[in-house]
Amino acid sequence: MMPGVSPEARQWWEATRERRLLVQRCGSCGHRQHYPRALCVLCGGVDLGWVEAAGTGTIYSFTHSHRSPDPTTFEPPYTIAIVTLDEGPRILATVTGTGVRCDAPVRLAWTPLADGRNLPVFETDPEVN
Amino acid sequence: MPDRAVAAVGVGESDLGVTGLSIYQLQTQAARAALGEAGLGFSDVDGLATTAVERFSATAMAEYWGLLPAWVSSTMEGGSSFEFMVGAAVDAIRSGRCEVVLISYGSNQRSAASRRLGGVAEAHTPSTQYEAPYGVLSPLSLYAMAAQRHFHEYGTTGEQLAEIAVAAREWALLNPKAYRYGAGSITVDDVMASPMISTPLHRLDCCLVVDGGGAVVLTSLNRARDMPMPPVRVLGCGQSTTHISMSQIPDLTRTGAVEAGARAFAEAGVGPRDVDVVELYDSFTITVLLTLEALGFCGRGEGGAFVADGRTRPGGTFPMNTNGGGLSYCHPGMYGVLLLVEAVRQLRGEAGDRQAPGAELALAHGTGGLLSTHGTVILGVDR
Repeated sequence: MMPGVSPEARQWWEATRERRLLVQRCGSCGHRQHYPRALCVLCGGVDLGWVEAAGTGTIYSFTHSHRSPDPTTFEPPYTIAIVTLDEGPRILATVTGTGVRCDAPVRLAWTPLADGRNLPVFETDPEVN
Repeated sequence: MPDRAVAAVGVGESDLGVTGLSIYQLQTQAARAALGEAGLGFSDVDGLATTAVERFSATAMAEYWGLLPAWVSSTMEGGSSFEFMVGAAVDAIRSGRCEVVLISYGSNQRSAASRRLGGVAEAHTPSTQYEAPYGVLSPLSLYAMAAQRHFHEYGTTGEQLAEIAVAAREWALLNPKAYRYGAGSITVDDVMASPMISTPLHRLDCCLVVDGGGAVVLTSLNRARDMPMPPVRVLGCGQSTTHISMSQIPDLTRTGAVEAGARAFAEAGVGPRDVDVVELYDSFTITVLLTLEALGFCGRGEGGAFVADGRTRPGGTFPMNTNGGGLSYCHPGMYGVLLLVEAVRQLRGEAGDRQAPGAELALAHGTGGLLSTHGTVILGVDR
């Protein structure tokens, strides 16, 4: 499924063409948030910029999905997780690799989209597992 | 302020299960039943609350029934919308905006085959942009991740969750209107052996997907006392919302029911130990476990042990989901209205084989979306 691009996320999606994961940063209070918004959810500030995520994080939780909304695109089983980025914000993505469990470390990978953008996904760290 | 109190004076269900009826027919059945109990007709309704009919839900049902209401609400908070509506209706009646509020719902999702595993994708939303591209099951993936995190943090087990489904089935066997009435008991092993849908939730951890509808009529307690049925007082309401995107849930094991419940208990001037019968939204077994903890019926992390001894089954010390719940009675997409219907019937003492003995105080808690919306309603007999 080809994701849309909302105006407040144009730069976020453009960065994925270079396989860079951006996190929105508030210029007033420094709070970092995902997904991109028109204001900072912590202080209400509108002076918003970007920082590049290191690409590391931990699995907050996960589920191995044995059903699919579209089996031709998403062939079960596959693993969905909420990942807590080391920068703080949480992001939903798929996770591959062995040793998937809560609090396990993961690192960023990318799945190409047909239009040149990339979808951020994660993989477990084989050196940890 | 007893003179400003509001009461439920009629409740009703539509046909349930696989009906072949339209949303409008199901709503009409439920509303007629509820109004009939109150000795009222549609012409007495000057406040109307309904949702999930179309974008103009309350306006549309008012047209269908030939009403010109003074107050409407089409609030959409998913399965808990009806608990939110009770709060709004109480305010509307107390302030004199209207006198008789009809809360109504109907869904033909089973007959119309309108349910989608991926949920409803609205093109412009953050969920659609950032989460749908990963093949999420909505809302199922989020509930599964909540269960997984609860297992991780507290050692809760699939067997403990399964007991919630087992107890629901036992209650359904006592309710002739239940979809699984006559289907026989299930065991924890049956739940664990049912197909895995999304770890750690099995098929029998998931609610039914059927048609159904329900309605509740509210008016002032003063007027209610002249009506046919014993009034059931609305003692307290509390609400909260926390997120709608999966990644934005503040805490997978502490839901917004903490705040909704605290607000309702404070308004009612009672606490968890005072409640005689509870009707908790059971979209999934984990929903119930999280809600029991959040409302303070047990401590955080203790939900698994709390249910595991069978206390929520018929004859147990903690009557819960006495109609058989969304798991074994009826889940018409948005089940919250039927929580209210059952709570009122329990407080009138008319629940037959499934009656909680001497119930005087009931709590209904709706959970909508992806553990997103929480509405608590505390109801009591008129004394």
